[in-house]
Amino acid sequence: MSATTTEDVRLSSPEAIRLVAGREVTTRLRSKAYRIVTVVLVVLVVAFAVVMKLVAGLGGEQRIGYVDAAADLAPRVEAVATSLGKDTVTVRVHDEGAGRRMVADGRLDALVVGMHGPRLQVVVDERLDDGLRTALTSGAGQSVLDQQITSLGGNPADVASRVAQAGVQVSALNPPPTYDPQRLAVGSVAGILVYLALIGTGQSVAMGVVEEKSSRVVELLLATVRPWQLMAGKVVGIGLVGLLQVLVVGIAGVVAGQLTGSLDISISTSVGIVAWLVVWFVLGFTLYALVFAGLGALVSRQEDVGGVIAPVTMLLVVGYVIGISVLPSSPGNTVVGLLSLVPVFSPTMMPMRLAMGAVPLWQTLLSLALAVGAIPFLVVLSGRLYRNGVVRTGTRVGLREALRAG
Amino acid sequence: MPHSDQTLEFDRICKRYGDLVALDDLSFDIRAGEIFGFVGSNGAGKTTTMRIALGVLSADSGEVRWAGQPVTFETRRRIGYMPEERGLYPRMKVGEQLVYLARLHGLSAAKAHERARAWTERLGVASRLDDEVQKLSLGNQQRVQLASALVHDPAVLVLDEPFSGLDPVAVEVMSEVLADKAGNGVPVLFSSHQLDLVERICDRVGIVREGRMVACGTVEELRGSGPRQAVVDVPGADPAWAHAVPGTTVVEAHDGRLVLRLDDDVDDQQVLHAALDAGPVREFARRRPPLTELFRHVVSAPAADGRPDRQATGART
Repeated sequence: MSATTTEDVRLSSPEAIRLVAGREVTTRLRSKAYRIVTVVLVVLVVAFAVVMKLVAGLGGEQRIGYVDAAADLAPRVEAVATSLGKDTVTVRVHDEGAGRRMVADGRLDALVVGMHGPRLQVVVDERLDDGLRTALTSGAGQSVLDQQITSLGGNPADVASRVAQAGVQVSALNPPPTYDPQRLAVGSVAGILVYLALIGTGQSVAMGVVEEKSSRVVELLLATVRPWQLMAGKVVGIGLVGLLQVLVVGIAGVVAGQLTGSLDISISTSVGIVAWLVVWFVLGFTLYALVFAGLGALVSRQEDVGGVIAPVTMLLVVGYVIGISVLPSSPGNTVVGLLSLVPVFSPTMMPMRLAMGAVPLWQTLLSLALAVGAIPFLVVLSGRLYRNGVVRTGTRVGLREALRAG
Repeated sequence: MPHSDQTLEFDRICKRYGDLVALDDLSFDIRAGEIFGFVGSNGAGKTTTMRIALGVLSADSGEVRWAGQPVTFETRRRIGYMPEERGLYPRMKVGEQLVYLARLHGLSAAKAHERARAWTERLGVASRLDDEVQKLSLGNQQRVQLASALVHDPAVLVLDEPFSGLDPVAVEVMSEVLADKAGNGVPVLFSSHQLDLVERICDRVGIVREGRMVACGTVEELRGSGPRQAVVDVPGADPAWAHAVPGTTVVEAHDGRLVLRLDDDVDDQQVLHAALDAGPVREFARRRPPLTELFRHVVSAPAADGRPDRQATGART
């Protein structure tokens, strides 16, 4: 323990950042709050997959019973129902009384009794499903038409096949993209997930900066590492922990969707959605975490963190709210499409749009380029805020003052 | 680097905060193996000086040098620092915290663990290695704080009020550690308001006031400076005898035992004669005031430019 020890005390920047980031990772992975939030998110996303499956099962299949007399209507009704996107199951019922009981206890959605003149007699429990009504009406119409054709000496099957060939051929000059409703739902989930992750990790960064300031440990740290190394280590460490959370939850969601069968999306598309989620989390986190770190350095007490980061949090919230309220119903919305290119909004909006599909390549590339391009600018800006704010304890450091000094 | 040249020098350091002059051409040095006590009222500039040495603050002008070279970011890792506001992660375990800080100072993981264990043992907190810092008593937190300043085996020690809040046993341990480090040639700078302690363990003392070094030297030098004083014990005599001697002022009087302040041109033998005339003299001696008294005198004297002293009333002496 002599003063003349000549051991090497140099610490390279990567090494310093690795040490600081390592502390963040171990501290946070160990924290109860982090584990609980991750588990809750996994449970929610799995529950969502299961609920989607249940809802699809409830709304989809229509069980239609046919009394023997009406049995020949079944193929026509089924064909029309399928063209309307309704799944029907045909059930033969031999006796009308038994059929009525089955409707009453919910085993049948509708019982077709037979034609009574031009009217088709149908028994339901409460009311007839709209799609089913259309299918049955069409079936009844066909039935009447067949009778008329037969009575005129024609062949109903021949006429039917001719009619089936008739149709409209449309040549759209600008066909709008079609969206799979399942992917709209997945996109919404991706949006919620990336938003929660960004808000959570962003606040962690700001709180972490202030924790070091309020406990004054920052003074010890800054005697050994440079402010930017400390800030970078913190951002990298919290980012890695957040990334792990997004990956775990994203993969859990996709796996749950595939296993329950509620997600009818190919594996490659699912992987693509998770990959974009990760890319946009990383970009969004980098953009927002830098600003949160810089702003956090302006205050000295945990109570003041919320206030100082509120304007930036608002931007995150606004982007998310616009995205989640517009995109699921109108995924091709032009205004949201343009907003989603702006780096402030792209981290929440782009993963939603990319999961929903049909994003033009140029928009994907432009949004990426803008977000990546904004990072060096924010590094300089936040680095300056952080450097000037972090050792000033006491009252809040003014934004303009922090930017001016040094 | 030659062992003899490990001096830490502060050379004409100036620092302003807006209109407030915190440090005004402050110069002093701490030689290798020396314990230097840094005293002054609150707000006199001690903490600012230390923070500048550690690069936490930057000086407006002036230079801090160690071993003849300006202190740089790299050499700062050789300094052991204890900030005035104690700084540790409250929810981090003692051992992990010390290892982390040691590694930030460039130690390998194995060495960091070894030093963390060694220093906590030396400072009597080894049993708390796996406890969170916030669960320790303030005194033990203080010991951990000192351990964090020592864990990387620093070549220079800068400690801001290391003794405040310590129990007498811890004070002893801390003093021994500082003496040990100094014995190994480490320059030790610490600030304190406990002047008796400073007087006891410091090789030299600097008194700072309003950002200026107003007195600096060994304890003996400082006590010998200032106006001459004499103690004269003439039991039962009326203190009036002393008033009759020109250039003599009575500072204190207790039952004929007087403390006198003598002007520079007063011959103390004349004073003795006058005392003998008043009665039998039991004691006649040169008085060296304790540091406390000197400190009070130095910091409460009106400022050179006639302004009232801005901080003297807040002194915790």
